[in-house]
Amino acid sequence: MAEIIDMPKLSDTMSVGTLVKWNIKEGQKVAFGDILAEVETDKATMELSCTVPGTVLKIYAPAGSQLPVGDPICAIGKEGEAAPDPKGKPAAPKAAAAPIPETTGIPCIPAAPAANAAPAPQSDASRTSASPYARRMAEKAALNVAALAGTGPGGRVVARDVAAAASAPVSAAPAGPVNVAVAPPADGKGIQPDADVPVGGMRATIARRLLESKNTVPHFYLEVEVDAAPLMGLRETLNKRLAEQGGETALKLSVNDFILKASAEALRRVPAVNASWAGTSIRQHSAVHLSFGVALEDGLVTPVIRDAHSKSLRDIATDAKALIGKARSKKLSPAEMSGSTFTVTNLGMYGVTGFFGIINVPNAAILSVGATIKKPVIDANDRIVMGHRMVIGLSGDHRVVDGANGAQFLQALKQILEEPTLILI
Amino acid sequence: MAVITYREALRAAMREELQRDENVVIMGEEVAQFNGAYKVTEGLLKEFGPKRVVDTPISEAGFIGLGIGASMLGIRPVMELMFWSFSYVAFDQIVNNAGNIRYMSGGLINCPIVIRGPANGGTNVGATHSHTPEAILASHPGIKVVCPATPYDAKGLMKAAIRDNDPVYVMENTILYNDKGEVPEGDYIVPLGVADVKREGTDLTIVAHGRAVITSLKAAEILEKEHGVSVEVVDLRSIRPLDEETILASVRKTHRALLVEENKPFCGVDAQVAYLIQAKAFDDLDAPIGRVSSIDAPQIYCKRMEDQQLPHPARVVEAALKVLA
Repeated sequence: MAEIIDMPKLSDTMSVGTLVKWNIKEGQKVAFGDILAEVETDKATMELSCTVPGTVLKIYAPAGSQLPVGDPICAIGKEGEAAPDPKGKPAAPKAAAAPIPETTGIPCIPAAPAANAAPAPQSDASRTSASPYARRMAEKAALNVAALAGTGPGGRVVARDVAAAASAPVSAAPAGPVNVAVAPPADGKGIQPDADVPVGGMRATIARRLLESKNTVPHFYLEVEVDAAPLMGLRETLNKRLAEQGGETALKLSVNDFILKASAEALRRVPAVNASWAGTSIRQHSAVHLSFGVALEDGLVTPVIRDAHSKSLRDIATDAKALIGKARSKKLSPAEMSGSTFTVTNLGMYGVTGFFGIINVPNAAILSVGATIKKPVIDANDRIVMGHRMVIGLSGDHRVVDGANGAQFLQALKQILEEPTLILI
Repeated sequence: MAVITYREALRAAMREELQRDENVVIMGEEVAQFNGAYKVTEGLLKEFGPKRVVDTPISEAGFIGLGIGASMLGIRPVMELMFWSFSYVAFDQIVNNAGNIRYMSGGLINCPIVIRGPANGGTNVGATHSHTPEAILASHPGIKVVCPATPYDAKGLMKAAIRDNDPVYVMENTILYNDKGEVPEGDYIVPLGVADVKREGTDLTIVAHGRAVITSLKAAEILEKEHGVSVEVVDLRSIRPLDEETILASVRKTHRALLVEENKPFCGVDAQVAYLIQAKAFDDLDAPIGRVSSIDAPQIYCKRMEDQQLPHPARVVEAALKVLA
C-alpha cells in the first residue's frame, strides 16, 4: 500500500514550506532515514527524512514549489505499484520562481530596541514529537527541538538528531580561527563573557545563504551620489500635510519608502535588472517584487512588497510598515519573505555613508543606501554651496547584468530621486 | 573452575547446604527414592538419608503446608514442586500463610522456606503444565522470587534462598537443566535482589530474566554481527526484591530499553519494569520501551507453534530494531 508523504509541519509557526531540493527521483528505492528533500520553512532549511521505506512512486511537487503544510509532495510504496491520487486534490504547487532566500546581506531598518520588541514567540516544544532524552540533550545544548528534523519513527526527534544539530555548526564552519585560545582580560572584567553562542536556525540560514551568494555570484559594484535635497523637501512637505490631515494615525513616509518607490520605477525603466540567473537562461520578471532588509535582535529578515511596480508611494509605505511590524514580532510567513526580484538595504539611519550589500540570490542586484549628509558641492553656476548628498551603491550579478545596464539603472534612479515629484504620478 | 550443568549446580547448592546446616531438609514428590522427577535431587537420599530427604504424597497443598509449619519452628525446608504450575493448588499456603506470617506475628515468626521447581513453557507439556508464576507471586509483599538463568546463578541464588529467613521461591527451567557453565566448587552466594549485567553494550539495554536472558544474549550476538548494534543485557536474577539501580544505570547509559520475558504480557514482570524505567529514567529515554513476551494465549500444545509463542532470538532482534529506530 503506497503512502503519500505530505509537506510536514517542521516548526510550529510553519504554514507553508518551500521544496528547495529533491534528493530522490521517481523509481528510486529509499530506506528509513534517507534524506528525501530539503524543505525551507520560515525558520530554516531542514532535511526531510524518510519514515516509509520503499520505492518513490511519484513526486507531486517539483523543486522550487511552495506548498501548504499537509499537501502531498510524493508517494512511496512497492516497486511497480501505481502512484495513488493525492487525496483527490491535485497537488497544485504555487509556482515560485525558484527557491527563494529569506535573508539578504544587510539590514535596512534598525532593530526595535529590545525593551520595545515584541517577545519572540516561544516555540512550543511540547507539540514537537521528541524523545525525553532528546529534549534534555537539546536543553543542554540550547537547541530548540521544534526546529530540528526528527529521524525517529513518525519524525520524532531523537538523540542522534540533537547530536547532529549540536555538532553541525562546528563541522559546517569555514576554516578559521575557531579554536584559537584567547587569553581572558587581565583585569578579569571583559566586555562580555567568553562563550560559544549556539547558532540558531535564522543565523544558520543567513550564514549559508550569504556564503553561497558571495562564493557563487560574481559581484560587481557601482556607486552614484545623489542630490537628496529635493527628496528631503518633498518628504517634509508630504509628511506635514499627511499629519495635518490624519493626526496621530497619519501615515509617515520614511526616506526608505521613497527609495523603494523610486527603485520600482527605475526597474520599470531598466527591466534588465529585474531578472534572475537560471543556469542556462536569464529569467526576466514581469513584476517587481521588492525585498527589503529588516534587522532583528538575532539576525535579519527580508520581507517582500509584491507588485511594487504598480503600487503608489502610499501603498508601498503602508505595506512596508505592516511587514516591518510582522518581522519584529516574527509573524512573517515564508510566503511574505519569498519571491523577491530586487532588494533594497539601507544603513543610512546609522550614518553609514556608503556600502555594498551581498546579492540576495536569485536577485540580479541589490541596492544599498547610505545616509544623507550635508557637504559642499559645486552647483550649476560653479559655485561652492551646501548640498544634501546621498550615496547609493549597487551590487550586481555580472552573469545577468553588465556594467552598462547597472549604470543605466543607477542613472534612472538618480534622476527619479533628484526629481521626486515624478514618483507621485 | 568446574564446568557443570544447571541441574548439577542446583544439586550442589542443596548438598552443600544440607552439609552446612542440619535444619535443612528436602521434601517433595519423588525427590528421594526416584531421585527427583528431573533428577535435580539425585543422590541426596543416599547421602543424607530419609530424615533429611523426604518423599511426599501427591498433595501440594498438604506438603507445602507441612513445610511452612516446619519452617515456622526453625526447620529450613527446600520443597520441590514437580512444576510450578502445581503451586496453584497450594496457593493459600504459598501466598497467604508463608507470605504473611512474619508480618501478622509482628516479626515473631519467620518462615524460612524455599519452594523450587521448573516454571517454564516450551516443552510441549500443555497449558496446565507451562505456567510462569513469578509475576503473580512477586506481586505479594513478604515473598521473594528468583529466576536463575545460568548454572553459576542457580547455585548462588539457591544457597542465598536457603539461608534467607523469608519464603524464597526459586523458579527453574527444564530447558536450562542441561545447560553447562562455570561454577565454583566452594561456597558462594549470589545475593537476592542483585541483578547482573550479562553483556555490556552502549546502544540498547535488554532487561530479561530466566531463560529469556539466554535468548536475549543470542539476539545481542545477532544484533552486533548483523546490525552493528551494541546491546547490554541485564539479567534481573531476582524478581523480588528487584534491583532497580542496575536497570536504571543501564538505561541511563544506553537510553533505549527492550524488556524480554517468557511470561504472558498482561501484568507480567516487565510491566513493572517498564513502569520503573519511565518513572525514574524518563528523561533518559530516547525511544518508547519495547517488550517481548510470550504470545498472550494459553500455552499452545503444538510444539512448532509453542516455539513461536515463546520469545526467540529472531523476535527479540526484530523488537530491538524497532526500539532502535
